[in-house]
Amino acid sequence: MLGYVVRRLLSAIPTLFLIITLSFFLMRVAPGGPFDRERALEAKVLANLNRVFHLDRPIWEQYFYYLKNLAQGDLGPSFIYRDFSVQQLLGNGLPVSIQLGATALVLALLIGCTLGTIAALRQNSWIDYAVIATATFGITVPNFVVAPLLSLVFGVWLSLLPAGGWDSSNSMILPVITLALPQIAVIARLIRGSTIEALRSDHVRTARAYGLPQRMVVIVHALRAACLPVISYLGPAAAALLTGSVVVETIFGLPGIGRYFVQGALNRDYTLVMGTVVIIAVFVVVFNLIVDLLYAALDPRVRYD
Amino acid sequence: MTDLTVATPAPAAPMKSRSLWETAFLRLRRNRAAMASLVILVIYILAGVFGPMLATHPYDRVYPDFVKVPASIEPYPQLDALVPIAEEAGRRGRLDVQSVAIEGNRMIMRATSEREIDPRVTRYIDRSDLFSNAQVTSLSDDKKSIEITADVKRLRFIAGTDANGRDLFARILISIRISLMIGALATGVALVIGVLYGATAGFFGGRIDNLMMRFVDILYSLPFTFFVILLVVFFGRNVVLMFIAVGAVEWLDMSRIVRGQTIALRRREFVQAAEALGVSSSGILRRHIIPNTLGPVIIYMTLMVPKVILLESFLSFLGLGVQEPLTSLGVLIAEGARNMQGATYMLIFPAMALTILLFALNFLGDGLRDALDPKDR
Repeated sequence: MLGYVVRRLLSAIPTLFLIITLSFFLMRVAPGGPFDRERALEAKVLANLNRVFHLDRPIWEQYFYYLKNLAQGDLGPSFIYRDFSVQQLLGNGLPVSIQLGATALVLALLIGCTLGTIAALRQNSWIDYAVIATATFGITVPNFVVAPLLSLVFGVWLSLLPAGGWDSSNSMILPVITLALPQIAVIARLIRGSTIEALRSDHVRTARAYGLPQRMVVIVHALRAACLPVISYLGPAAAALLTGSVVVETIFGLPGIGRYFVQGALNRDYTLVMGTVVIIAVFVVVFNLIVDLLYAALDPRVRYD
Repeated sequence: MTDLTVATPAPAAPMKSRSLWETAFLRLRRNRAAMASLVILVIYILAGVFGPMLATHPYDRVYPDFVKVPASIEPYPQLDALVPIAEEAGRRGRLDVQSVAIEGNRMIMRATSEREIDPRVTRYIDRSDLFSNAQVTSLSDDKKSIEITADVKRLRFIAGTDANGRDLFARILISIRISLMIGALATGVALVIGVLYGATAGFFGGRIDNLMMRFVDILYSLPFTFFVILLVVFFGRNVVLMFIAVGAVEWLDMSRIVRGQTIALRRREFVQAAEALGVSSSGILRRHIIPNTLGPVIIYMTLMVPKVILLESFLSFLGLGVQEPLTSLGVLIAEGARNMQGATYMLIFPAMALTILLFALNFLGDGLRDALDPKDR
């Protein structure tokens, strides 16, 4: 088990390395630089800036310099946010993104699993159709439509909740709903499908034959098998949720890290972009590993050694 | 009838495959949601192709007098708004406007002045976008009071105008064209790359397959939306690049599906027969493998179009998509979100246009899958 974890983490290193290398060179090949202004900076100032940020060195040297710092856990200084290191920026933003993402994730799991199971148990009833319709809606309508509409209805028209900002505990509600809605939809759909299948399977029939009560059969035996597709879906989904959403953060004006990538890319803030790429890649790797371990814990047929 | 049965034995296979498509179509006809979606989609396509040509306003025409006017069936400017504009025009011509009357498409202004009025004062009236053909209908003998009539140009903005005073309806029509175009072209790019790649890998198998699929696995592990953003940010924002970037993201799934199909097909007798007859590999691929993977490919394709449209709108929403004055549903929604406090319609109309399009595409894709899926028989 431990050997498997170590092997998986080691095998993630080439992937991470590839992602970092590709992003690094893609950015440097691109035209423009972090110190381009409407009015060009004085030549001497520019030269000094380039020297401070090592931009005057050959690109290979910069690359190895970055890798060396990264290996020591140093993401470098931001090129645009003066006096901030990338660690500080991400360190300030990440808790916000994680708080939102984790709340949305928990909410989505609770509601999604409940709706999916109810729909599966009452297959082809009106509840089932209502759940399917809701799920289709949640999957189809993109978050950049949902977010402004929620903000409009609850923030502007009804004035129940803040339309944006990050100052009270209420300001979490609308972003969390926006983030959770598509996840609820996907999870409900997955759970519904796999529960219907699990209820027909042999081990559930056996459990029934033993005379176990319906509640036990569903919760212990059917749901355990039905969870598997949701868990493999949750790996990448959780990584994406916890690293912030640029749309939600832009519309509701939240200080998370989701917007740093796009902003950084537009401003040619090389280190900030690299920092977000690294964080996201690490999250993806870690969550995929967690998913595989959970899988093994839930499905006795899967064994890692 | 007898002639037909004599002629059929040789092309038995195509007969059978035609009946597959026929049954698929019959099933699709029974699916009401899918048929409704098909109708909506046809309307969208017609709107995208012909709408911008037929629209009463060009999508990039700016009307400075009508910035952010709400959606209305009544033509603009509305009557009570017209009078102050006329008075203002008269004031610029140094007239003391006594009365302004609107009769249909005519405006009649009576004005006086302390000095003698030059009949060329009509120019000041004409200068406004709203009035044209201003004429002096009567000028008093002392030249101190005047009556001017002018044609009023009133415009309809059934979906309102945006923050720059451009007709929102025309802009939605052009966005639909852009979205459908990107959806079709990017899907085409993904289709060509994915089918060729998947079919080649599946057909040759062995080490080549291993190598090619390993490459796909590596690409899968990259955060691809981010790479598209990087590409678009760094290499300019033009529409062609967007097709390529989006298509390049979406071909991976396609290649996997086609590869799986190909491996299954390769063991079939007709492929072995073709091999025994000495048909070249590329010939077998073209003639036998690729046409037979068509069913799943079509299903996947119809579900890919909404994904591509969504990705394009997302990039446009971030401001990384098409550039002004051209527009796209994502851009319009972003503008609507910024202006929703005062001008709700600017958010609601584009959001509805995009949502309905996505719903129609998804329902049609689901319907096609149900109709073509052989597991369902």
